[in-house]
Amino acid sequence: MFHRSRPFLAALALLGGSYALLIVCMVAADVAHLGSRLPEVITQVLGTSEFRDSLLLSLFSCTVAATLSVLVGVPLGYLLAREKWRGRGFVEWLVDIPVVLPPLVVGLSLLMLFQLKVGGHSLEDRLNFFGLRVTYAVPAVILAQFVVAAAFAVRTLRLTFSQIPRRTEEVALTLGCSRAGAFWRVALPQARRGVLGAFTLAWARSLGEFGPVLVFAGVMRGRTEVLSTTVFLELNIGRLDAAVAVSLLMIVVSLLALGLVRWLGKEDAL
Amino acid sequence: MIAVSQLCVTAGKFCLANVSFVIPTGGHAVLMGPSGVGKTTTLEAICGLRRIESGRVVIADKDVTQLPPAARGIGFVPQDGALFPHLTVRENAAFALKVRGQSPANILSRVNELASRFGLKQLLDRRVTDLSGGEKQRVALARAVAARPPVLLLDEPLSALDVPGREILRQHLQRLREEEKITILHVTHDPADAEALATQVISL
Repeated sequence: MFHRSRPFLAALALLGGSYALLIVCMVAADVAHLGSRLPEVITQVLGTSEFRDSLLLSLFSCTVAATLSVLVGVPLGYLLAREKWRGRGFVEWLVDIPVVLPPLVVGLSLLMLFQLKVGGHSLEDRLNFFGLRVTYAVPAVILAQFVVAAAFAVRTLRLTFSQIPRRTEEVALTLGCSRAGAFWRVALPQARRGVLGAFTLAWARSLGEFGPVLVFAGVMRGRTEVLSTTVFLELNIGRLDAAVAVSLLMIVVSLLALGLVRWLGKEDAL
Repeated sequence: MIAVSQLCVTAGKFCLANVSFVIPTGGHAVLMGPSGVGKTTTLEAICGLRRIESGRVVIADKDVTQLPPAARGIGFVPQDGALFPHLTVRENAAFALKVRGQSPANILSRVNELASRFGLKQLLDRRVTDLSGGEKQRVALARAVAARPPVLLLDEPLSALDVPGREILRQHLQRLREEEKITILHVTHDPADAEALATQVISL
């Protein structure tokens, strides 16, 4: 049996547990701030069309951003984990940039990408010509969330594929599969929990994304407003109670989403 | 029949040079040699999983040197079985038949036949992760021969088994060769395997 050393385990629990305690204290402080007014303020916030629009846009944009993140994360994660190719180290380094960059810089860089004029027209102008508006519109919200969320999805999926033995795919090749067939029939099904994990992580990152959304999509009430910008807007106009109530609702939405994905993951495992 | 002539494979600093042998149809050749000499590399090169620098591989009178693994007509059982953990025993055994687009009736009949032959009837709906070492190797063997390849390559299939498990698998291999006229190339460290099964011994 693995030896149980009480002082050692207690020291680990104390150090590690302090982080968990901090999270509990933060949520408790939100609840304590509203105190007995909590149900009343929450009901008020839920009743506003601004909150409902913001919630719907958040759910929609996070789901699209997380789906796109998995769509690029699966092929890139697989290539980084499985194949040796010239420039792999550079690409690995490149896709980690959004993880370490200050969020505002991500937003500003996106803004520059779409506003920089090349040959007299910016990318935004060209897209506008086809009737598609990105900057300061819903696509900007999704793109701002996607850029950061995808980096996390790629990391998760690279790790997932590197932990799946190459041998199973090689056996699939000898059993009649093409390389693509071995990927679809053997590698991807084995990676399904990783894919689900990457989706969850990307979704959660997207929900919390604020800086890039602020710069690239703006904070326009009812137009590009997602839950994180709602908190910012409420704080800006001095409605601290509403800001705290939206924060608490965001925590509930996140917990529900994470719980749902975990439950789906468990169902899958049965 | 398996004919390997002047096979050269380079992988990093490792180099396998000028390997040649012929195994007649229905033969069971045992490939022996010290660790690191290139036994597994030889199997992988025959399977098409390693790039061949020079030399030829002929299987059932067909030069397969430049063919992809799928077109070589080889059943391969790697050392750890490498079963597909997301599939049941039945789905593992049916894999090659499904890939070939065979009818559900054909697949059912062949899987039942394999289950009887390899003693897997009670295990068909089990997840492969729940099986013992010997059961896993029997499933890997059933999966490898399901599409009736003319050639079977085995990479130390008995090494992780206990003595009764080894004896059972040896009997299965013996019967398989006699009944299906399959040509077997079998990597092993154990002289007992050579004594019990081999029609020829190849030393690297």
